[in-house]
Amino acid sequence: MTPFLEVTDIDIAYPPKRVVEGVSFKMAEAAIGCLLGPSGCGKTTLLRAIAGFEPVQRGLIWLEGVELSRPHWTLPPEQRRIGMMFQDLALFPHLTVADNVAFGLRSWKAAERWARVHELLNVVGLDEYAQRYPHQISGGQQQRVALARALAPRPRLLLLDEPFSSLDVALREDLAHEIRAILLREGIGGLLVSHDQFEAFAFADQIGVLNQGRLLQWDSAYNLYHRPADHFVADFIGQGVFLPGRMGEGSRVCTELGDIDGIPPAGCAPGDPVEVLVRPDDVTHDDSSPLMAEVVERAFRGAEFLYTLKLDSGARLLCLAASHHNHQAGQRIGIRLEIDHLVVFQRALGAMNEA
Amino acid sequence: MADSRVFPEPGKPALVQPEGAHYFCRGDWTLAGIEDLDSRLAGVNWPNKDLQLDGSGIGAIDTTGALRLLNLVAELERAGHPVTLIGLRPEQRALLDLVRERRADAGVSAPPLTRSNPLERLGRAFVSHAQAGLQFLGFVGEAAVSLVHALWRPDRLRWRALFGNIEDAGVRALPIIALLAFMLGIVIAYQGGQQLKIYGANIFIVELISLTMLRELAPLITAIIVAGRTGSAYTAQIGTMQITEEVDALRTIGIAPMDLLVLPKLLALVIALPLLTVFADALSLFGGMVMAQALLDVSFTDFLERVPRVVTLTSFLLGVGKAPVFAAIIALVGCYQGFHVRGGADSVGRQTTVSVVQSIFLVIAADALFSVVLGGIGL
Ligand SMILES: Nc1ncnc2c1ncn2[C@@H]1O[C@H](COP(=O)(O)OP(=O)(O)O)[C@@H](O)[C@H]1O
Ligand SMILES: [Mg+2]
Repeated sequence: MTPFLEVTDIDIAYPPKRVVEGVSFKMAEAAIGCLLGPSGCGKTTLLRAIAGFEPVQRGLIWLEGVELSRPHWTLPPEQRRIGMMFQDLALFPHLTVADNVAFGLRSWKAAERWARVHELLNVVGLDEYAQRYPHQISGGQQQRVALARALAPRPRLLLLDEPFSSLDVALREDLAHEIRAILLREGIGGLLVSHDQFEAFAFADQIGVLNQGRLLQWDSAYNLYHRPADHFVADFIGQGVFLPGRMGEGSRVCTELGDIDGIPPAGCAPGDPVEVLVRPDDVTHDDSSPLMAEVVERAFRGAEFLYTLKLDSGARLLCLAASHHNHQAGQRIGIRLEIDHLVVFQRALGAMNEA
Repeated sequence: MADSRVFPEPGKPALVQPEGAHYFCRGDWTLAGIEDLDSRLAGVNWPNKDLQLDGSGIGAIDTTGALRLLNLVAELERAGHPVTLIGLRPEQRALLDLVRERRADAGVSAPPLTRSNPLERLGRAFVSHAQAGLQFLGFVGEAAVSLVHALWRPDRLRWRALFGNIEDAGVRALPIIALLAFMLGIVIAYQGGQQLKIYGANIFIVELISLTMLRELAPLITAIIVAGRTGSAYTAQIGTMQITEEVDALRTIGIAPMDLLVLPKLLALVIALPLLTVFADALSLFGGMVMAQALLDVSFTDFLERVPRVVTLTSFLLGVGKAPVFAAIIALVGCYQGFHVRGGADSVGRQTTVSVVQSIFLVIAADALFSVVLGGIGL
């Protein structure tokens, strides 16, 4: 399939500062993606460049085989047919809900316009609020109005800039699921920006992890978790710790918790220092295991405890254990490693430990 | 179990301990180890002489630690303690050299000390003003293009917004303009009348009032009032929409801000300001007339009879004809400054002030230009 949205090697700067560097990714038609990254990493900037608000210094943005941005040339946002939901919603405060939704449909015939408005208000479940003003409805409802307004002119793609960040956590995932369903039904692709991985998992099929203006990995949630391309991704997605180790013969990695089989990173020779990603679910509590660790901290998670453990060397581990295994801080417990996908990175040079 | 020699204890805190003449660096000079180094260093007494920093006690060192160590040396030397770094193993020294070499690339060196001189500041101010001027011209050009499009397809024009703006900028401004024009007529008649009375040339008050008012003062005072009243409102309205991202939201649903926010305002003011000027003409003549009767015994009848004889149609039209130009200046500056609001609410206030000051300045400058050009062609 030819890609629908194609972002090729773009740089964006607020002179003199370069904020986005060398980002490339592709999305298929009606696909749903997410750009995930810590605050300040350039997500909004990247999204605004796709919408046409920021020019690119380098690279190209294409949609449906048509060029939208290149250096020194930017198709204005009003001609792109790319909808956007803003972080602070930006509803028109002096217009009713229905008028807000109808605002982008001026060139439509009146009958079609109102039919579209009511269709969308039905979709977002707000038909009975059509005559209210934005300040007379709740935050979640305002969110839906903003969605309806953005979808009304039938955009080719919808961009969402952390639209859920002002809602409470419970509502967030619900709304993310709901908007996803609406987009799928309308056949409109979506690109969400978020710093919250659970929101991203709930919303998107494909997720790009951004850090300091660089796109580190563009992949499915499963692969981001189980096959992170990079130390930052591994650290940012899910929980886990890095256990220092050393490459052994062949594909063995020697760690304090024993030798593990795995695929070594490219360019690693036996003896090279590496680090092994250990997720909390890779460590099982086993009273019969000879491997012992001291409980430093524990957090109750309902069905499970999340234990923070200290190994003899001082290295820390996280371990999920069923909550009927109730151990106190300071106790030593037996553990076992059960790693399916071994994730190994070469350790940064310059960490010159005694050998 | 893997062999334990691979694993030094991670995260032993880095510190500096004085022992005799030597100051020993201990612990791990790594990202984790130097976490609270600053607080531990605060307790160290540095001697006031050459000092030997001994690195032989350093466990592990990484680039962050190396950078911190280099910075420590630099800090000490700046505080007047010449430092000799000893006891480092060759590989540690190599890392230190590497970090020192690459520090510039990493962008952590202090920015060069710049003290700008007045000439440089003047130059920068000039360049930034010239750029702002060019940007404004670009905005005027864009507005002109949209205007041509709109006049080509009048059905696409935002008629409701246009009439709303005419009401706001025109009809609602009538009372204040009536009052100020009337008072201006009184003031000019009073000052001029005092002089005319000396020579017994009382009746010439009609020339004085009608020509100054119709040609110069009425258009100017009207433009200044409208700049303060409507130009500032334009900036504030667009500026607020800019902050709440409503302007961006408009664009993403396919509406060009120029069409929705600028053109109706521009057209409304171009229509309203000449009409307001005619209104101000009448009221200021009335003010002069009242003063002429009270002070100079020139009756209303004498006054009104003389006006058409001294005021040519050209003078009247020149006065009113300046108004659309002033209107365009006020509307364009007001909108332009509104789009230049960035950040928060304080920026709206700042841009509004700038908008009023700039539009009044440009109106007066344009008026001066009119005088020079019209004088040159003998009107
Ligand atoms: N208008 C601007 N001018 C200058 N710098 C900006 C501007 N907007 C954002 N930045 C900077 O660009 C970086 C990325 O910002 P942003 O894209 O908003 O990050 P995110 O949305 O991921 O939190 C930040 O360091 C921010 O300070
Ligand atoms: Mg953001």
